[in-house]
Amino acid sequence: MNTGIPIEYFLVTATLMFFAGVYGFVTRKNLITMLMSVELMLNAVNINFLVFNRYLFPGQLEGHFFSLFVIAVAAAEAAVAIALIINIYRNFQSIDVEKTDEMKF
Amino acid sequence: MLGNQIIFIVFSAMIVIFSILTVTSRRILRAAVFLLFVLIATSALYFMLNYQFLAAVQLTLYAGGIVVLIIFSVLLTSHIDEKFESPALLKKVYGAIAAIFGSILVITTLLNHPFVASTDVPKDVNMDLIGKSLISWGEQGYALPFELISILLLAAMIAAIVVAKKIKTK
Repeated sequence: MNTGIPIEYFLVTATLMFFAGVYGFVTRKNLITMLMSVELMLNAVNINFLVFNRYLFPGQLEGHFFSLFVIAVAAAEAAVAIALIINIYRNFQSIDVEKTDEMKF
Repeated sequence: MLGNQIIFIVFSAMIVIFSILTVTSRRILRAAVFLLFVLIATSALYFMLNYQFLAAVQLTLYAGGIVVLIIFSVLLTSHIDEKFESPALLKKVYGAIAAIFGSILVITTLLNHPFVASTDVPKDVNMDLIGKSLISWGEQGYALPFELISILLLAAMIAAIVVAKKIKTK
């Protein structure tokens, strides 16, 4: 391929990034850091889409456009999530997931 | 070719190290800055794959938009020099088991699967092609998802404003 790097290297990097995100999502208690873990996972998936597109189907653009749409969805998700987090902070004075344990206000 | 590989190793090492630091750092602002480094290294990988437009989108939207948003909300909701308490040991162990076993499973599957690199002529992904694909339909056309994503962005914008608006109390 034109880059001179085997496809597996990219995929292993993306895998490690994804599972770092999984670890963070399981262990973190702060809502913003959990959101950051989700962003890590989305990015790892994006790398995979682009690598498969470039190495296995270079004549098509499916992976390219899919990751473009994933980026758009991630941006929308971050905006809504941060609005919700700020609202939660207003009501509970904390964004710790273990302290926000009631849905009514 | 060798220089290419060295650059790749530098950036992928950056991605792995900083993503682990992002999820283990106990200061939230530092975690946000490590996330910024991960996103910049990711866009460097996109440049290496010859997707310049997507790399630019990644830089402006993730590194410029989402990280700034996250840092703002960090500053609004917690003290800068506040340190998290370390997560409970059991939680750490469960998380590490899930992450390590998951990555071992995926990596062994990846390394045992024979990927056959295509010999097709790679398409030159320029702005002209991207713009025409986004407004055409049929084969290689993406007009429908493009319209859907614009509706989604509008809905997300309205939702964010409504949710974050201050509720008037009598």
